[in-house]
Amino acid sequence: MHEFDWSSIPGALPFLWDGMKISLEITIQAVIFGIVWGTLLAMMRLSSVKPLSWFAAGYVNFFRAIPLVMVLLWFFLIVPKFIEQLFGLPSGTDMRLASAMIGFALFESAYYSEIIRAGIQSVPKGQIAAASALGMTYSQSMRLVLLPQAFRNMVPLLLTQAIILFQDTSLVYVSALADFFGAAYKVGDRDGRLVELLLFAGAVYFVICFSASQIVKRLQKKYHPA
Amino acid sequence: MGYQWNWGVFMQPSGTGDDTYLSWMFAGFQMTIALSLSAWVLALILGALIGVLRTVPNKALAGIATAYVELFRNIPLLVQLFIWYFVLPELLPESLGNAFKQSNPIMQQFLASMVCLGLFTSARVAEQVRAGINSLPKGQKNAGLALGFTLPQTYRFVMLPMAFRLVVPPLTSEFLNIFKNSAVCSTIGLLELAAQGRQLVDYTAQPYESFIAVTVAYVMINVVIMMLMRRLETKVAVPGYIGGK
Amino acid sequence: MKKFALATAVATTLSVSFAMPAQAQESATLKKIKDAGSITLGHRESSIPFSYYDDKQQVIGYSHELMLQVVADIKANLKLAKLDTKLMPVTSSNRITLVQNGTIDIECGSTTNNTERQRQVGFSTTIFVIGTKLMAKKDAGVKDFPDLAGKNVVTTAGTTSERLIRKMNEEKGMKMNIISAKDHGEAFLTLETGRAVAFMMDDALLYGEIAKAKKPGDWLVTGTPQSKEAYGCMLRRDDPEFKKMVDASLTKAMTSGAAEKIYAKWFMSPIPPKGLNLNMALSDEMKATFKTPNDKAFE
Repeated sequence: MHEFDWSSIPGALPFLWDGMKISLEITIQAVIFGIVWGTLLAMMRLSSVKPLSWFAAGYVNFFRAIPLVMVLLWFFLIVPKFIEQLFGLPSGTDMRLASAMIGFALFESAYYSEIIRAGIQSVPKGQIAAASALGMTYSQSMRLVLLPQAFRNMVPLLLTQAIILFQDTSLVYVSALADFFGAAYKVGDRDGRLVELLLFAGAVYFVICFSASQIVKRLQKKYHPA
Repeated sequence: MGYQWNWGVFMQPSGTGDDTYLSWMFAGFQMTIALSLSAWVLALILGALIGVLRTVPNKALAGIATAYVELFRNIPLLVQLFIWYFVLPELLPESLGNAFKQSNPIMQQFLASMVCLGLFTSARVAEQVRAGINSLPKGQKNAGLALGFTLPQTYRFVMLPMAFRLVVPPLTSEFLNIFKNSAVCSTIGLLELAAQGRQLVDYTAQPYESFIAVTVAYVMINVVIMMLMRRLETKVAVPGYIGGK
Repeated sequence: MKKFALATAVATTLSVSFAMPAQAQESATLKKIKDAGSITLGHRESSIPFSYYDDKQQVIGYSHELMLQVVADIKANLKLAKLDTKLMPVTSSNRITLVQNGTIDIECGSTTNNTERQRQVGFSTTIFVIGTKLMAKKDAGVKDFPDLAGKNVVTTAGTTSERLIRKMNEEKGMKMNIISAKDHGEAFLTLETGRAVAFMMDDALLYGEIAKAKKPGDWLVTGTPQSKEAYGCMLRRDDPEFKKMVDASLTKAMTSGAAEKIYAKWFMSPIPPKGLNLNMALSDEMKATFKTPNDKAFE
């Protein structure tokens, strides 16, 4: 049997906390961007302008077809050159965080867009008809009537997706970024205590995600007292 | 810095022997398929079992099933994979752990990946199965019991045949996910599609070709499975339910 | 590269102000360093004692110290008041891509200079000479490569050792199961936890791994060296001016005796993380390298 030695964890806590901050930063940015871009995609998908709806469908299906690991590798090894040129950054800028964030945001927005599309479609059609009967334009009826209701219905799903996203951030491991998992792995590797650090990381993720999902459940009950 | 495209790279003999790089990619493709399918079988069996347990009246059984689902849903796949591969053999009794660790490494990586993916996905399948069972009208269960069926019989003959047909559409996306998630297993050294792609970059320094090839392969897998599942979905759809005709 | 030169000539004659062809005249890397006021250094995470993290997550090591020396000289040569250094961890399998795509400007770690890689990246003057050997548990009965037939053997993905052992396996039909770990740390973990009977790698790195083992006394480095290899700092290809500056700096360090002091610090004194002394005396090859620095690959 393995002899446990947890002694390397206390000293590494500040480093692990730095990693956790990176994980949270990526999560928050990707959630915000994902919801905004996902909403736009969903609206394009539902729009009657065919090219827009094709584009959105193609985008969503493409990103849902490839593994996140591949997306992150693309954004780590290949895309940074393009981003540099696009934003006129001096080459050699440390792009790992930026490209991980962009990769995540683009990837997750495909999933968000599907949630949002379902949410919009869950609002009875009569409401759109009523809005246009009142003389509202398409964008007014979307903004003032449909989206507020749709989002209310979607809140639990959007939050659940955010929890999944937080778990997915551990995959930035492939781009050598020291997120929480990367930091735990590095400490474990350095001290030859990988077993302990992996278990510790698993426990931390579990506590965070489990509590968050319980909160979501409560919210769900509050919004939809079944 | 002009990039020198060279699609012929796949036909070149590989860095170590008489194969071509294309055969590396194909080996990775096969590994991805084998891993995903075997993990899927595991996920379906365990997921159905746990999903059913979550709906039974016995508090203890339902509690165990809930704990199982929460455990596997709230830890990132990558962390679970590392725990299966690196941690678990250390926690086993020494002789057993050593026997595992000294076996063929490809076998070890494959087993760890399969169990990890299978259990991870089973928690999600269980949730769909539970939702399917809960979506059945209460009357079905009561009718079964009223006819003198025991509870297990009611499940077996009345509720499950219905529920399983209802959960096919939501399971499609879990099935697709297992293929995508299998790419995570490249991190423990399993030479599946994504890993072969990376190895190709390393040996040939032609990152674009290899990344594009791997991406296209995943898209292809996705398209084929979607088509197959569509067929299955129309076949099992229950008339009168959403999706049924 | 003829095409490139032609394009440059055409571009210059037409006095088109595209940035790219213009860079071919002066060093692209140096221009970038000047413009950005920063240089990006590639380092390893667990290449003990060349380039690795100490317990405060600071990068340290023999190659890293040489690299910092080079950076200081570049700063002086370019007469920059301030030069930011950015550190980027690399692995054996992504280091070449990251140098090629311009993410990092220079990588001094434990990268072998060979003719195959020279087609992809440039190399500085040799900073170290190693032989590829085996590490095994003292009581495992592994003395040399033939003992490995039918056994599990670990190496690091993307290294010259990986290719050598795969080739040996195929040519001699040894039926070894070869595990390719992501980094040296993971490879050693694979060995230490009993997943493999031996770890094939550059001898200096093997001694380095012993330095962090739980029980350093349990391990030994053995076997007939399968290759002699020269480590160099990796740079972008086709930037002779930048290479010249790096080489000059390294040559100065070697001929002045400064490099030997750095060597003594990392190979003949106690080093982090556990304060173990590797006790590797300066080899004849290394003495020759320090005396007459050169950038020749052994193969």
